[in-house]
Amino acid sequence: MPELKRTPLYEVYKDQAKLVPFGGWEMPVQFSGIKQEHEAVRTRAGLFDVSHMGEVEISGPDALSLVQKLTTNDASKLSVGDAQYSLMCYPDGGTVDDLLVYRTGEQTYLLVINAANIDKDVEWIEQHQIGNVTVKNISDQTAQLALQGPLAEQVLQKLTQSDLSEIKPFKFKQDVDIAGVKTLVSRSGYTGEDGFELYFPAEHGPALWYKILEAGQEEGVLPCGLGARDTLRFEARLPLYGQELSAGISPVEAGVGFAVKPDKGDFIGRDVLAKQKAEGAPRKLVGIEMIDRGIPRSGYPVFAGDKQIGHVTTGTQSPTLKKNVGLALIATEYAGLDREVEVEIRGKRLKAKIVKTPFYKRAK
Amino acid sequence: MNLPKELRYTEEHEWVQTLDGDKVRIGITDFAQSELGDIVFVELPEVGAEVTAGEPFGSVESVKTVSELYAPVSGKVVEVNGELESSPENVNDSPYGDGWMIVVEMSDPSQLENLLTAEQYEQAVSES
Repeated sequence: MPELKRTPLYEVYKDQAKLVPFGGWEMPVQFSGIKQEHEAVRTRAGLFDVSHMGEVEISGPDALSLVQKLTTNDASKLSVGDAQYSLMCYPDGGTVDDLLVYRTGEQTYLLVINAANIDKDVEWIEQHQIGNVTVKNISDQTAQLALQGPLAEQVLQKLTQSDLSEIKPFKFKQDVDIAGVKTLVSRSGYTGEDGFELYFPAEHGPALWYKILEAGQEEGVLPCGLGARDTLRFEARLPLYGQELSAGISPVEAGVGFAVKPDKGDFIGRDVLAKQKAEGAPRKLVGIEMIDRGIPRSGYPVFAGDKQIGHVTTGTQSPTLKKNVGLALIATEYAGLDREVEVEIRGKRLKAKIVKTPFYKRAK
Repeated sequence: MNLPKELRYTEEHEWVQTLDGDKVRIGITDFAQSELGDIVFVELPEVGAEVTAGEPFGSVESVKTVSELYAPVSGKVVEVNGELESSPENVNDSPYGDGWMIVVEMSDPSQLENLLTAEQYEQAVSES
């Protein structure tokens, strides 16, 4: 097994957190406990080290053309200071990765990609390079922290003179001084709550981590691991690459067709995705809730009568709802709300029903 | 690590308490519950079911993981902790107390000799 990579924050939490391998990285899965951390983010705020995420800078006169060719959303709509959820797809509509696209300059874009996909994505981007563009993988030099929860702004504001309330959702500011560190501050996240994602030079990782926790002591900010990040994003129905999305699953099937814009012009995967958007995809991602006692888990088969109609992509006991729920990719004809299906759990077929998603939506 | 001396243990992280008349009470160790994290679901056999030493008799699920429970001894299930259905967190809060799982009437009490002492279990955990 190749050696696991570590983020610049590793030394900070190696003795306080439970560590697990994740996508080639040795990452904290939990600090005080997944349920407690989950609740902190839903009611107060939580701090995550997500420095394992990849950052790729695309710059030059043809930067926009390359981003448009590679991604499904319409990057021409972005002004400097705007961010956008998007995807890269294969010609057959399967997903290379999902990502955030930041327009950082007139001719510069920052793509934030999944940790486990960095090498694959960079190779894919370079393969399709066109015209006058420079592609730079700055993942190793970049730390990323996510401060998420209803009190995130209140906490972070203590560390900066810059007015954070000016940063609206999916907007960002660059070179914001956060406790003396020049930071890209983005109002975005992967938890279903308000919050910020902070990008800054790797060497400041530990210092900023401590500063934010200290600033948030009064508010009850907790350090959080990938376990809570997963349950939080799951409740908000945000897809995880490798589960809801993969080379074999298209964005339209995964329910993120809103980020696919066939009318913007040509891009890789356009034909298949345009057709799926217009006519519907053969499979659909749905929410399921167990009727019988059991917890659906990733990979468990889903049945209608004797017929396997799909599989569970993610499932757990929702910490917010205390219900045993999952996301399942199933044949579209069975996807009607309230329809009964069966999940095979350790050899037993247990009853579940199709329910609405997201499982959790924050009050505005 | 909290490991009561009077209990016996397995490498699969169950504990065994001997009761009267060839009966034993079974649960999972403090180490196991702490490794699993927040336990949200426990699946146990019914009273009357037969369990076999080394074979799964149920499962315990935390937010993130599913783990099988392995029977330390063979025999018949004579009691099941039904409380765990609504309060699985008892396994975290009190692994040797309210978090107990089943009572088994052993078919072969000599199997107890195969189990680990607290010291041996601690050793096994530290080597894993």
